[in-house]
This record gives sequence, structure tokens and C-alpha cells, in this order.
Amino acid sequence: KERTSIPRVKMPELDPAYRITCNEEVNQGLSAEAAVLEATRCMDCPDPQCVTGCPVSINIPGFIKNIERKDFHAAAVVLKETSALPAVCGRVCPQEKQCESRCIYHKMKKEPVAIGYLERFAADNERLCGCHAVPETAPKNGIKVAVVGSGPAGLSFAGDMIKRGYDVTVFEALHEIGGVLKYGIPEFRLPNEVVDVEINALAALGVNFVKDCIVGKTLSYDDLHEMGFKGIFVASGAGLPRFMGIPGENYIGVMSSNEYLTRINLMGAGRPDHDTPILKGKRVAVIGGGNTAMDSVRTARRMGAESAMVVYRRGEAEMPARAEEVKHAKQEGVEFLTLHNPIEYLADEKGRVNMMRVQKMELGEPDASGRRSPVPIEGAIIDIPVDLVIVSVGVSPNPLIPNAIPALEVSRRGTIVVNEGTMQSSLSDIYAGGDIVRGGATVILAMGDGRHAAAAMDAKLSE
Amino acid sequence: MNKILEKEHFSENVVKLVVEAPAIARSRKPGHFVIVRACENGERIPLTIADADTVKGTITLVVQNVGVSSGKICSLEPGESLTDVVGPLGQATHIEKVGTVVCCGGGVGVAPLLPIIKAMKEAGNKVITVLAARTKELIILEEQVRPYSDEVIIMTDDGSYGTKGLVTNGVESVINREKVDLVVTIGPAIMMKFVSLLTKKYDIPTMCSLNTIMVDGTGMCGACRVTVGGKTKFVCIDGPEFDAHQVDFDEMLMRLRSFN
Ligand SMILES: Cc1cc2nc3c(=O)[nH]c(=O)nc-3n(C[C@H](O)[C@H](O)[C@H](O)COP(=O)(O)OP(=O)(O)OC[C@H]3O[C@@H](n4cnc5c(N)ncnc54)[C@H](O)[C@@H]3O)c2cc1C
Ligand SMILES: Cc1cc2nc3c(=O)[nH]c(=O)nc-3n(C[C@H](O)[C@H](O)[C@H](O)COP(=O)(O)OP(=O)(O)OC[C@H]3O[C@@H](n4cnc5c(N)ncnc54)[C@H](O)[C@@H]3O)c2cc1C
Ligand code: SF4
Ligand code: SF4
Ligand code: FES
Ligand SMILES: [Mg+2]
Repeated sequence: KERTSIPRVKMPELDPAYRITCNEEVNQGLSAEAAVLEATRCMDCPDPQCVTGCPVSINIPGFIKNIERKDFHAAAVVLKETSALPAVCGRVCPQEKQCESRCIYHKMKKEPVAIGYLERFAADNERLCGCHAVPETAPKNGIKVAVVGSGPAGLSFAGDMIKRGYDVTVFEALHEIGGVLKYGIPEFRLPNEVVDVEINALAALGVNFVKDCIVGKTLSYDDLHEMGFKGIFVASGAGLPRFMGIPGENYIGVMSSNEYLTRINLMGAGRPDHDTPILKGKRVAVIGGGNTAMDSVRTARRMGAESAMVVYRRGEAEMPARAEEVKHAKQEGVEFLTLHNPIEYLADEKGRVNMMRVQKMELGEPDASGRRSPVPIEGAIIDIPVDLVIVSVGVSPNPLIPNAIPALEVSRRGTIVVNEGTMQSSLSDIYAGGDIVRGGATVILAMGDGRHAAAAMDAKLSE
Repeated sequence: MNKILEKEHFSENVVKLVVEAPAIARSRKPGHFVIVRACENGERIPLTIADADTVKGTITLVVQNVGVSSGKICSLEPGESLTDVVGPLGQATHIEKVGTVVCCGGGVGVAPLLPIIKAMKEAGNKVITVLAARTKELIILEEQVRPYSDEVIIMTDDGSYGTKGLVTNGVESVINREKVDLVVTIGPAIMMKFVSLLTKKYDIPTMCSLNTIMVDGTGMCGACRVTVGGKTKFVCIDGPEFDAHQVDFDEMLMRLRSFN
């Protein structure tokens, strides 16, 4: 068939030599012609497996066929039926593990339809053409609901509830709305503007955003009741950075990726006229193999690191990061030291890190996660000079809310326990979703949780 | 935006600001702090809530100008606003009747000490306050601590006011004179280190309040981490107060020089 012989579209990218000098988005987006041609590849499968790979079951052939028909607006409408943040998910979903992994093209030994690129295209087109349709909202019902945290889970919940007629207030601890989308994921991968458009749209619909307000600290659970909130959606994320607990980890120049990325992305460190300081390394090591590690190491290159490396204890195949981030990092000159694990940091007389002691590893038997677990090779230890180390070995659930509301049931890992179908917690007026329920997960899962919680809370409150 | 209602100079480099923050005024307890941004593009810096007025909906900050961000805050005038104030943060001070409490503060550390002095007195303790500074002009809040202190001892390095000597000399004179059940120390890290070494010698429980570098103040970044009893703790959520005898002050002093 004609369709299947078209090669998968290539995403236009900024030149690596140029892009490491700035923060501009690496992926430039598809042209309309390229998007229509790529959309033509989709065979509109009668039983589309791609949809089963999407955690929120987006009607993938539905939106893609609208692109093929050049009805880009209709494509965006299909996306918005299921996803509150298609411009974000089109950019940051691990498509190769989700929707695209199930595409029928794999059976033909061909590259899958570029679902993520097309999703981004439709959403960007909608944003840039200014034809952003104002969604229909139900008449105001006067019922107040509160959202704790303004990441993807909180934003999608807020959007769904405002459309259902609720009076919605989002409380955010930081001075910016957006959660990880703002303080974590860098501009070169997800421009703030993309997120701000969504936030402004919610504000225009009447969502009330309160920054600098920590639920559990500034306002208590009782305060929220006194203020008349009938339902509370906790979307406080997995903000707590983990360290490895190895000697020297508190030396100057060893920091969490949260600290590094927050200073740069949220606080503007390194830019003129911004007061927040940042340590700039010449030889930077980032420990870990996830998206956060890739974002940190690529940020380090942009901050002027001459050598930037990822140190990961398993092999490249086991890395949890999106495949595209690994590819982009390599193009940008990032070195990959896989099967290595730091065991100690050494420092100069002022306490500034200057050396990393790493243990070489090999892969052993598969562990509980199904991945082959790394085992140290006895005696194989090397020292590598470094002047900045960014520890990116995972995060734990933010304990602020569980600490403030002791009656809330939490798991041993510190996540809030919810009913999987309704996202309702052990306290009947508290629902929760996103990373505070799942531990570190993904944007699309957080967003999906927000939508499910909204549906369930609405059903309960309108009983 | 939080409006500044009053400003007073305690010394050349220390100002008191009364700031509009009704929700924080209501929920704060002694020992809590806030994170403040002076302006857009400003840095987030931690400041202790020295006092609060729930009726007026205000909190009091006492700020020492030591650098860029504290300098910007000190230069604001009544009518102007802080761009962001978030809190109350940290664990509140554990207040209990223990007997005799020596509260010793150095420099701007007296500001965070004030609410603790008040609360310790109100809990029925005998409170002996030791204020220390390099020179007379730098002694702050003397009038404010007096009503809640059974005795106030002033120490200056140059002898220009009170007794000549270090804060540790003042504390030791009390220890040599009577039974002390608890020492609370807040001030520069180096001062807390030496107070801690002193009280360890006499085996007197000692609480300190740590002023590490912070970013978010909510446990998200780990910039504030210190070693306490051999374990890594985050000052913003586990502290800011800790058992001084367990704190690795040398590591803390090192980390405070991260950006110097
Ligand atoms: C650097 C980085 C890169 C990532 N890359 C990807 C990627 O490419 N693809 C992907 O799918 N996922 C990625 N993730 C994971 C993804 O960002 C998260 O799974 C997702 O953001 C979780 O959303 P959330 O709404 O649960 O919480 P968050 O986005 O974490 O937002 C929680 C918000 O709640 C606020 N908050 C916390 N406690 C309180 C309180 N008590 N009161 C008020 N506010 C509070 C926090 O300040 C925060 O703003 C990445 C994560 C990081 C850190
Ligand atoms: C819980 C807590 C409560 C505090 N309460 C008060 C208070 O009530 N009044 C007050 O004047 N100060 C207080 N501080 C200290 C105050 O936050 C710092 O003086 C301020 O951040 C310095 O910022 P800067 O930009 O003005 O100085 P910089 O120019 O950045 O640095 C000047 C010096 O201050 C130190 N420093 C830098 N950033 C910080 C930081 N975030 N925290 C601590 N030290 C830092 C540096 O080591 C440097 O030596 C408190 C700190 C903490 C952690
Ligand atoms: S939301 Fe993510 S997984 Fe679902 S279709 Fe879009 S890119 Fe694929
Ligand atoms: S599986 Fe692939 S070809 Fe089939 S509908 Fe989905 S995207 Fe289109
Ligand atoms: S200030 Fe960020 S974790 Fe304490
Ligand atoms: Mg500063």
C-alpha cells in the first residue's frame, strides 16, 4: 500500500552546536505539510493498539485522520476530549514505550506513526492560530473545591471541575504555577510559554490561583473546611530528592537535580539580573539515568560545562529516560558512563568536590522490576575528576500533606493511598492523584488522575 | 505581594519590618520561618518570623544586610511590597517547662530568639538571656527581650557595652553560678558551634537553630542539608532547630561558603 511506504517523518531540530549555547526548544515542530504526510501513514486501524498504549486512551486515529484531512482544529478538539495538556504530552510522553510502542507498523518492521509529533502539531497549531476554542462550561453550582499543587494533575483536575461549574481554587507552595513543568523540565524541551497558555486559559475560565500558599502550613485542613471547600484534590507531587548516602555527598558542588534545575529553571540563575546563584562546573557528572538526569546533564552543557557525563549503574538499555532525550544528549556531546556507580566523593581543602570514586558494575539476574540488576565488579574502582555532581537518583513523595493530616492513610513508601477507580483517599473529602499517589511517574498519568478524580468528586458532590 | 507597613532601623545593618501576611500571622508558632523574595527575579531567602499580630494580620521580620538579597529587603520602605512571602515553614520550637533556660543570641540571631524567649517564659521557665555582639551598636532587641527575661546579660567583644567577652563567657558565668536545664542558642554558625562545645562539656541539653542556605524551604531541593547525629537532615523540614550536640557544625560552616 502507498501509505506504508512513506518513511516516518523526521523532527526538525536545532543544530547541536548552536543549541547548547542557548535555551531554545530543540524540537522545532512539524510543518503543516510534513504533519499531513505523516498523518497519511496512519492506517486508521479498526482495533487501534496504539490507543491501548496510551495511559488515557486518546482517540489516536481520530485526531490523526483530522490532521490528514487538514482539519487541524478538529484534531485539537479530539485531543482535548481526553487530554488537558496535549501540547505538553506531545512533547514529554515516553511515546516509544506507550502509544507508539503498539503501533501496527512495528508488525511490518517499520517505524511507528509519529503520534507524539502529531499530537504536538495539532495542539501547537491550535495555540498559535489564536482559534483556541473556549470550552463550554456548565452553569456555576456554587460548590467550592480546592486543589493542592499546580502540576499537571492539579491543572487537569482544575480544568475539568471549572467546566463542570465548580468554584475552583488552586493552592501552590511556590511562586509559580505549573509544578515540575516549570521548575523541573527545562525550556529547551518544554517552553514555559506552552504551559502558560494552558494556565491562562484556566484562569480565564475562572480558576482562582493562589501562589505562595502551602496547604498544611499556611492553611490547615480545618482552615479549608472553614473557607467552605467541599472537596480537596491533593496533587502535591513527589518533590523530595533522594541522595545515595555515600561519603562526601554533602561537599560543596554536590547537589540534587531538583536544586540544580530549580535554581536555573524557576529562579533564573545564570541569567543576567537574576539574584539566585549557581555553581557552574567545567567537569560535570550527573548520577542517574532518568529524564531528570538527562535534563540536568543537558542543562549543564548549556551552562558551559566542557565535559558533562551521565553516570548510570545499569546499561543504556535499562535507562528509564525517554529515548529522544538520550539521543539529544549524545548529539550535544554528553558522555555516557554506564555500568558505573559512585561510591564516594573527594574534595579540596575548602570542601569543594574535585573527585568522584566510581565502582564498575556488571549486569546480574533480573530484579523485582524485571530489569537486570547491577552488581559491583570487585576491585574495579576508578577515580574521575569532577567539579560539579548532580544527584538524580529519584524522588520520594512530598511528605507535607501526610504530615499535616495524620488521619490520611499513606503507604510505606509515603504515597497517599487512594481507591484506584475514584482517587478518593481514606478521608472522604480528600482525593489525590499524580506523583503523590504513584511516586515519581509521568505527566500523562498525573493528568489522567486529575481527570478521574474530577469525575468521581463531581459524582459524589452532585449526589 | 506583601505590603510593608512599618520599618525601623535597629542598627546600621539591621532593620525590622512589619509585613502584611494575615494567613501566616494566624498559623505561625515560635521557631517558624518564611521564605521571601524581594522582587521579581529575586532570590528566595529564609527569614525567621520574629513576631506576629493576628489582629492586624502582620508578621515581623528582622533582617541583617549581609549580601544582595538581604540588602534588597533592607532597602524597601513602608508602602512598598515584598514580591513573595511564604510560610510558616519548619518545625515549631518545642516549648516546655524545664526549669532554668539560658537563651543566647548573637547578632541578628536575637530576632529568631525573641519568640522563643517569650514562649519559654510563658511556659513558666526562669529565662536568662545572653545577648552578644561585636560592639554596642550591634546589640539589638534588648528592650524587647527584657520583659520576658529574668535576667539579661550583655556581652560585647570590645567591652563597649555590658561585659567584655564572647557569648560563651556569658553563658559559662551562668553555668558556674546556678543549675541550667536547657540552653538555646541562635546566631552565626561559628558562635553556635562554640556554645555547643561549651555546654557539651557541662552536659547541658542545647538547642540551636540553623541558618543554612535554602531555595524552596519545603524539602524539595536539599540545599539546606546538614549532618545531625551522623544522618543527613533537611533544615527546612526537619529543623531549623536541632540538638546542637549532634550537629556537624564544621560541615555546615563549609556549606555556607558554597557561593563565596
Ligand atoms: C526534571 C524532570 C523531568 C521530567 N521529565 C518527564 C518527561 O519527560 N515525561 C514525563 O511524562 N514525565 C516527566 N517527569 C515526571 C513528571 O514531571 C511528573 O510525573 C509530574 O509532573 C507529576 O505531576 P503532579 O501534578 O503529580 O506533581 P508536580 O508536577 O510535582 O506538582 C506538584 C506541585 O504541588 C506543589 N505542592 C506540594 N505540596 C504542596 C502543598 N502542601 N501546598 C501547595 N502546593 C504544594 C509543588 O510545589 C508543585 O508545584 C519529569 C520530572 C522531572 C523532575
Ligand atoms: C531558617 C533560617 C532563618 C533565618 N532567619 C533570619 C533572620 O531572621 N534574619 C536574618 O537577617 N537572616 C536570617 N537568616 C539568614 C538569611 O537567610 C541570610 O542571611 C540570607 O539568605 C543571605 O542572603 P544574601 O543574598 O543577602 O547574602 P549573600 O550575598 O547570598 O551571602 C552572604 C552570606 O550569607 C550566607 N547565605 C547566603 N544565602 C543564605 C541563605 N539562604 N541562608 C543563610 N545564609 C545564607 C552566605 O554564606 C554568605 O556568607 C535565616 C536563615 C535560615 C536558614
Ligand atoms: S498522551 Fe502520550 S501516550 Fe497518549 S497518545 Fe499522546 S503522546 Fe501518546
Ligand atoms: S496503530 Fe498506528 S497505524 Fe494503527 S491507528 Fe494507531 S497510529 Fe494509526
Ligand atoms: S530548602 Fe530546599 S530542601 Fe530545604
Ligand atoms: Mg544571596
